[in-house]
Amino acid sequence: MTGTWISTRAWLLMLPLLVVMTAVIGWPLIDTVRLSFTDAKLIGTEGGFVGVDNYARMLTGSNFQRALITTTWFAVISVAAEMVLGVLAALLLNQKFRGRTALRALMILPWALPTVVNATLWRLIYNPEYGALNAGLTQIGILDSYRSWLGEPGTALAALIVADCWKNFPLVALIALAALQAVPRDINAASIVDGAGPFNRFRFVILPYLAGPLLVALVLRTIEAFKVFDIIWVMTRGGPANSTRTLSILVYQEAFSFQRAGSGASLALIVTLLVTILAVAYAALLRKAAGAS
Amino acid sequence: MSKSIRNALIGATLVGAGFTGHAQAETTLNALFMAQAAYSEADVRAMTDAFAKANPDIKVNLEFVPYEGLHDKTVLAQGSGGGYDVVLFDVIWPAEYAANNVLLDVTDRITDEINQGVLPGAWTTVEYDGKRYGVPWILDTKYLSYNKEILEKAGIKEPPKTWDELAEQAKAIKDKGLLENPIAWSWSQAEAAICDYTTLVSAYGGKFLDSGKPAFASGGGLDALNYMVTSYTSGLTNPNSKEFLEEDVRKVFQNGEAAFALNWTYMYNLANDPKESKVAGKVGVVPAPGVEGKSEVSAVNGSMGLGITTTSKHPEEAWKYIVHMTSQETQNAYAKLSLPIWASSYEDPDVTKGQEELIAAAKRGLAAMYPRPTTPKYQELSAALQQAIQEALLGQASAEDALKSAAENSGL
Amino acid sequence: MERQSPLFSVFIHASALVLAIVVLAPVAWLFIMSISPAADLSAKPLAWWPSEIDLSRYRTLLSAVENSAGAAFIASLLNSLKVAGMATLAAVVVAVPAAWAVSRTPSVSWSFYVVIATYMLPPVALAVPLYMGLAHFGLLNSVFGLALVYLTILAPFTTWLLKSGFDAIPREIESAAMIDGARLDQILRLLTLPLAAPVMATSALFAFLLAWDEFFYALLFTSDQRAKTLTVAIADLAGGRVSDYGLIATAGVLAALPPVLVGLVMQRALISGLTSGGVKG
Repeated sequence: MTGTWISTRAWLLMLPLLVVMTAVIGWPLIDTVRLSFTDAKLIGTEGGFVGVDNYARMLTGSNFQRALITTTWFAVISVAAEMVLGVLAALLLNQKFRGRTALRALMILPWALPTVVNATLWRLIYNPEYGALNAGLTQIGILDSYRSWLGEPGTALAALIVADCWKNFPLVALIALAALQAVPRDINAASIVDGAGPFNRFRFVILPYLAGPLLVALVLRTIEAFKVFDIIWVMTRGGPANSTRTLSILVYQEAFSFQRAGSGASLALIVTLLVTILAVAYAALLRKAAGAS
Repeated sequence: MSKSIRNALIGATLVGAGFTGHAQAETTLNALFMAQAAYSEADVRAMTDAFAKANPDIKVNLEFVPYEGLHDKTVLAQGSGGGYDVVLFDVIWPAEYAANNVLLDVTDRITDEINQGVLPGAWTTVEYDGKRYGVPWILDTKYLSYNKEILEKAGIKEPPKTWDELAEQAKAIKDKGLLENPIAWSWSQAEAAICDYTTLVSAYGGKFLDSGKPAFASGGGLDALNYMVTSYTSGLTNPNSKEFLEEDVRKVFQNGEAAFALNWTYMYNLANDPKESKVAGKVGVVPAPGVEGKSEVSAVNGSMGLGITTTSKHPEEAWKYIVHMTSQETQNAYAKLSLPIWASSYEDPDVTKGQEELIAAAKRGLAAMYPRPTTPKYQELSAALQQAIQEALLGQASAEDALKSAAENSGL
Repeated sequence: MERQSPLFSVFIHASALVLAIVVLAPVAWLFIMSISPAADLSAKPLAWWPSEIDLSRYRTLLSAVENSAGAAFIASLLNSLKVAGMATLAAVVVAVPAAWAVSRTPSVSWSFYVVIATYMLPPVALAVPLYMGLAHFGLLNSVFGLALVYLTILAPFTTWLLKSGFDAIPREIESAAMIDGARLDQILRLLTLPLAAPVMATSALFAFLLAWDEFFYALLFTSDQRAKTLTVAIADLAGGRVSDYGLIATAGVLAALPPVLVGLVMQRALISGLTSGGVKG
C-alpha cells in the first residue's frame, strides 16, 4: 500500500466532515466578511460597498467599547471564580468523608441543567418581589429590605456571574478531580514525609498533574464566556441601562433588531478576531506548559 | 345588521369554495400572537376555535411569544418562505414594516362597514403613509388602577386627577405607613418603559419629534422624565419598577403591595378576579392623570393590529381569519381583557356590564391617546430612549443629559 | 495513608455539607416551585415548603389537547428530540471516518485542527449569512435546517472525542488483520468500531446534550411549533404572560429531566470522555 493511497484515503474519509463544515461554517464566514463591507439590511436591500465604514463606526462607538468592557469583566471574573471554586471542590472531593460518592454524583446536576433553564431558575431566585434570595437573606437578617438584584447596575453583572459560575464550576471540579486521582499516592505520601507544607505540596506535587486539564478547561471556558449570549438574553436582555450588554447581545441588536446586517457583520468579525487572539495566546501558553512538564 | 352582512359574506365565500370543490385541500395558516397584556392565550385560542368551526377547511396554528420577541420574530420569519401568514403588530411598527415590505397593504379589502364601525382613533394603529396594513385588534392604553381599600385607609376620597395629586396621595399613603412604595410602573429596559414615559409626555404636552428631529430633550419630554426620576428617588415609586414589565406590575398590584399602578386594560378585570388576585373587588380604575393647565387626562396609544405578511401563500384565508378576530361579535364576547375596536360596543350593555368603571375610564382615556413617533427607525429611537430613562432613574446621568444623548443616538 | 486529625475531619465534613447545599439548593428550589401552589410562591414571607402538593402544572404542560399550551410545549419537546437526535446521528456518522483518518494518518490532521478551531467562532459571526442561506433553501423554521446547523457544532466535538478513542486502540491489531487480507470496511466494522463503542456512546451522549442545550440558533431560525425547540419555548414562557412562577419552574424541570438523568447515569463515562479528550487533545 503506497503512502499516496493512504493519504488519499484519509482525505476521502475526512471529506464528509470537511464538506459540511465548509458549507455551513466556511461559506457563511466568508459571506460575513463580504457583508461587513456593505450597508446591507437583513431583509430587503442587498446593500452597496461602503469600505471600512462599518468597522470605523463600530470601533469608535461608545456602545462597542462599553460592551467590550462588560464582556471582559464577565469572562475574567466568572472563569477565574470557576477555576478557583472548581479546584477547591475537587481537592475536597478527593478527601475521604461520608457521602463522598453521592456528592461526586450530584456535581453533575448544575452542568446537566440546560443553560436556558439555569438562567430562568436564577431569574426567579433573583426576583425583586418574590425571589428566594431576597426572602432568604431577609429572613436570616442579612438584608433589611428586598433588593433589585437584576435592576441595579452594581449587582446585575455580579448576579449573572454567580448564575454562570454555579452552572460551570462543577464541571471544572470534575475534570480536576479526575486529574487528582491520577496523582500517584506514593509521591504525595513521600512529600509529606519530606515535610512539605500543604501549600508547597499543592504547588509542586499536585499542580503539575492539574495544569494540563485545567488549562484546557480554562481555554474552553474563556472562549465560551467571551461568546456569552443565552444567560444574559434570558436574565436581563442587556439591562439595566445596558450595564450587562455583552458583545454578542450587541451584535444581535445591531443585526437582527435593527436589521443592519452590514454593521452587525463587522461587529461580529471584530468579536471573532478578539476571541481568536485570546485562543492563540492560550495555545501558546498550553504549548509552553506542555513543554515544561 | 353587521352580523347578517358578515354572515352573508362568509356564506358567499363558502359557496365560492364549494365551486372550486375538494381540489382545494385544507389550508393551514400560521398566526403570531403575543403572550403579554390584552387577550389571554386562552381567549385567543377560543376565538380561533370558533373560526375553525365555522371554516373547517382552514386550520390555524397559533404561536405565542413575549411582546419583547414579537418584532424580531416577525422580521426574522420574513426570510422563511412559509413563515407566518397573520402577525400581530404594535402601533409603532407599520412605518418600518412598510419600508421593508413586511405587511400587505389591505386598504382595499376593508369594507365600508368595517371602516365606519371601527373607532377612527383605532385606525391610526395600522396606518402609514395613507395606507392600511391591517385591522386594529387591540385598542389599548395605560390606565391608572388604584387600590380602593388603601386609599380609604389613607383618608383619600377621590383618585388623583393630576400627576402632582398622585404624588401627594402616594406620599400620604407612605407617611401613614400603609405602604413603603405605593406606586408601581413598568420601567424595565423595554418598550414598556417607553409607554409609561409617553403617557407622561402626553400629560406634559411634550413632543417626541419636531419636523423629523428629536424634540424630547426639552419641554414636556424633559418634564416627563423628571417626574419619573422624582417619583423614583422620593421612594413613592416601588424601586423594583426599574426591572418590572407589565406582568410584574400586575402581580405586585394584585398582591396588595401597590396602591397605584399604571397598566393596560387587561389588569382591571384580572385584578378583580378572586381566583387571581388578593385585592379583588377593591380595584378602581381611572384614566392616567393630567397636568394642571396642560391636560385633563393622559394616555399612550398602545393599540395593536393584525396584518397579513407579504410572504403568506394564503392571503385570502388570512384575511378571513383577521375579519373573524376583529369582528364585533368576537370582540364583544371577549371584552374583559381588551376592549372592542367598535364604536357601538361601548354602548352595548353586554359589553359594559360589570365593568362600567373601566368603560368610563376608557371613553376618556382612548380619546386622549398620544402616539409614539412614527418612523422606520423606531426600534433604534426606542432603544436609545430606554437607555436614557434607565440612566436617569439610576442616577447615572441627569434627565436632561440622558435625553440629549438619546437624541444623538436615536439614528434620526 | 494520610492521618486525619479530628479537627481536619470536621472541617472536611463541614465543607462537604456546604458544597452539597450550594449544588443542590437551586435545583431543589426549582422542583419545589414546580409543585407549590401559586399562592405560596407570592407569599411574604416566602413559604419554603409547599402547603400542599400541586401537580396541576405538570398536567397543564403535558396535556395533548389540540391547540393548547400543553400541546405547544409537547411539540417543542418533540422538536428538541428530533433536532438533537438527527444532529447527533449525523455527527457520529461524519465523525467516525474523520476521526479514524486523523488518528491513523497524521498528515491530514491540520485540516482537523482547522475544523476544531471553528469552535472559537461566536455564533453571531455566522448568523446573518446562515439565516439568509437557510432562507434560500427553505430551511428556516425547519427541524432539518436546525439539525444541519447543529451538526457543525457537534461534529468537531465528536471527532475530537472519537479521535482520542481511536488513538487508544493499538494499530497493530488493524495491521495484523490487514495482512490477513481484510478490507478496510471489514476492519472498521468488525474490529475497531466494536472496540471504540464505549467512546462512541460517550461522544453521542455529549453531542445530544450539546444540541439539547442550544438556544441562539434556535431563537433565530425557528418561529413556531413546526421547529421551535424546548429552550426557546422556555425562554418564551419565562418572558411572557405568566402570573404563576410555578409553571415556568415546571417547564424547567421537564426540560432538565433528560440531560440530568443522562448525566447521573452516565457520569463516569462522561467525565472520562471529557478528561481523556482534554488531556490528550
